[in-house]
Amino acid sequence: MRHIIAVLLENEAGALSRVVGLFSQRNFNIETLTVAPTEDPTLSRLTVTTSGSDRVIEQITKQLNKLIEVVKLVDLTEGEHIEREMMLIKLKATGQHRDEVKRTVDIFRGQIVDVTSSIYTVQLIGDQGKLDAFINAIGEAYVLETVRTGVSGIARGDKVLSL
Amino acid sequence: MEMLSGAEMVIRSLQDQKIEYIYGYPGGSVLHIYDALAQQEQIKHILVRHEQAATHMADAYARASGKPGVVLVTSGPGATNAVTGIATAFMDSIPMVVLCGQVPSTLIGEDAFQETDMMGVSRPVVKHNFAVKHPSEIPGLIKKAFYIASSGRPGPVVIDIPKDMTTPTDKFEYHYPESVSMRSYSPATRGHSGQIKKAVELLLSARRPMIIVGGGTIGGRASAEATELARTLNYPVTTTLMGLGGFPASDPLWLGWPGMHGTYEANTALHNSDLILSIGARFDDRVTNATEKFCPTAKIIHIDIDPSSISKTIAADVPIVGPAKSVLIEMLALLAKTDRVPDAEALSEWWSQIDQWRQRHGGRYELNDNGLLKPQQVIEALYKVTKGDAYICSDVGQHQMFAAQYYKFDKPNRWINSGGLGTMGFGFPAAMGVKLHYPDAEVVCVTGEGSFQMNLQEFSTCSQYDIPVKIVCLNNQSLGMVRQWQDMNYDSRHSQSYVKSLPDFHKLTDAYGHKAITVKTEAELIPALEEAFALKDELVFLDIHIDPTEHVYPMLVPKASMRDMWLSKTERT
Repeated sequence: MRHIIAVLLENEAGALSRVVGLFSQRNFNIETLTVAPTEDPTLSRLTVTTSGSDRVIEQITKQLNKLIEVVKLVDLTEGEHIEREMMLIKLKATGQHRDEVKRTVDIFRGQIVDVTSSIYTVQLIGDQGKLDAFINAIGEAYVLETVRTGVSGIARGDKVLSL
Repeated sequence: MEMLSGAEMVIRSLQDQKIEYIYGYPGGSVLHIYDALAQQEQIKHILVRHEQAATHMADAYARASGKPGVVLVTSGPGATNAVTGIATAFMDSIPMVVLCGQVPSTLIGEDAFQETDMMGVSRPVVKHNFAVKHPSEIPGLIKKAFYIASSGRPGPVVIDIPKDMTTPTDKFEYHYPESVSMRSYSPATRGHSGQIKKAVELLLSARRPMIIVGGGTIGGRASAEATELARTLNYPVTTTLMGLGGFPASDPLWLGWPGMHGTYEANTALHNSDLILSIGARFDDRVTNATEKFCPTAKIIHIDIDPSSISKTIAADVPIVGPAKSVLIEMLALLAKTDRVPDAEALSEWWSQIDQWRQRHGGRYELNDNGLLKPQQVIEALYKVTKGDAYICSDVGQHQMFAAQYYKFDKPNRWINSGGLGTMGFGFPAAMGVKLHYPDAEVVCVTGEGSFQMNLQEFSTCSQYDIPVKIVCLNNQSLGMVRQWQDMNYDSRHSQSYVKSLPDFHKLTDAYGHKAITVKTEAELIPALEEAFALKDELVFLDIHIDPTEHVYPMLVPKASMRDMWLSKTERT
């Protein structure tokens, strides 16, 4: 099963390499990884999406917690949560297809952020499923380049991941 | 406030940490530190002949004393040579602080002379590592390193010190912190009372119980409590390879050790048990055999300071995260309060079953009629001559298994071996590290001619510092454990396991100014050992020629359960 794990990490040089290293060292799967400093400049927040059996996920959270620089973590998929990912995607947009691309972007509530006579560059935000669905709807033949940020997540309701 | 250079801070911090010995080897990046070292007398430095030996010495000191060992090496090759020893300590949860030189911070990343990314290289084999960014950080980082290395589940900590952090003319205020607090690191100090209560109830209702005493019992200084618990309940005990001595081997409750070369009775009893209480053991693959076939009827109570060791390979029914000592003290208090006792009839039935299993193999081996010594004989003689009271520092291979099987440890911290990483070359420097700190104790390195040659250069260190360890080399002229597997699994094709052109160990030992004794017959064995131990102030190398065809038994059948064993070359359960 797919899990989204949010981690508060000491914002120190080398801390990220410990997290990444842990995944390869222990043969854990890593699908996406995002990291940025938080409003507290001493902390980074990292979101990792991974998959595995319950036993593997338990090991992942325990091993992450064992890293000295990991301050706190939560498996967001254990509760209600919101996940978002941003994608920038460059699409072929010529001839009669140009309008079709525009319509699809509108349907998915994306924004065209750059235009040339033959290309639309689109920004799209949503969960992984929505971004995948957009690429499907456009058709891979029209996709020139994609860049995705990886998943960020946060719990719904009162739950807060902080110190 | 005192003003010190980074180099002086390194040494002063170690002094304030009450460190007596450090082990190391100088080089360009640590010359400032070595210069500061030379200007004081409190800390003694042991100059090894290879950095790996420095780490094993520090490691073994920690294993024997429970206090972290300290290593000082230079950047690049100095640091990478230390990696095997760091990994050895990491796998066995041994507290150690390794100070590594680094090229000046201005050169990092430029492939400077003797530059290695030691932060990156050591990362997977340390509990934690630090890079010094400013000289004034040094005391705080050293304090943190000792705290992290020796608290919770212990392990090695590396501090990477760029040369320009130790410049003698750059002085900063020195202050060694009294204590450390880290928001991201707070190891458990006691177990969950509810879980402990549940565990005690489960223990009292067991009909076929087993207690596993692991390395965490020794590391957590909980041997006395574990022993008291087992004796209170009259339950059978097995100690893992890392836990030997954690429960006295002379106690009738002891069944030997479990796993690949464990006893028939320990393995069979585990397989048939209905409850296993594991105290600081991590159910590693050399213990469990095939995990899906592991002890099918047993419920498991697992005490461990490291939550990630619990349910990693074998699911625990009652997990207890906490230090073995405090958890056991709470368990004993609960047992003292309760009126409940274990089912006496079930327990007596269980014991009579176990006593039958004890008869099945009983550590037997066959003597040779051709006069060649058996390795088991040698260890039994060693046990006799040292009255079971020596520190046994083992290398890795068949001799390690024989030493663990035939030397009976009644005290913790006496059996010193590389259990997790299986590092050949560990034994000799380990013995040196122990002997330095316990000069009056008998300290023996049990080794083979293969392992010994991986760190024999330390003969020289022993000459320099007069370290009179005794080396019992079981010389079978082959890499015995490799050969055994080749005999069993590869139709006896001895691919590269035969050591051609061995040195004349007698002359070699002599060259370094030590004494050697060669033993080839049973008649020579005890007198040679007695002579060696009578020479209190000399390093003695006993080159003991043994039967090269001998195998270690019992041996678990691969991919099977705990009760499936070879008991000899021809007998299988």
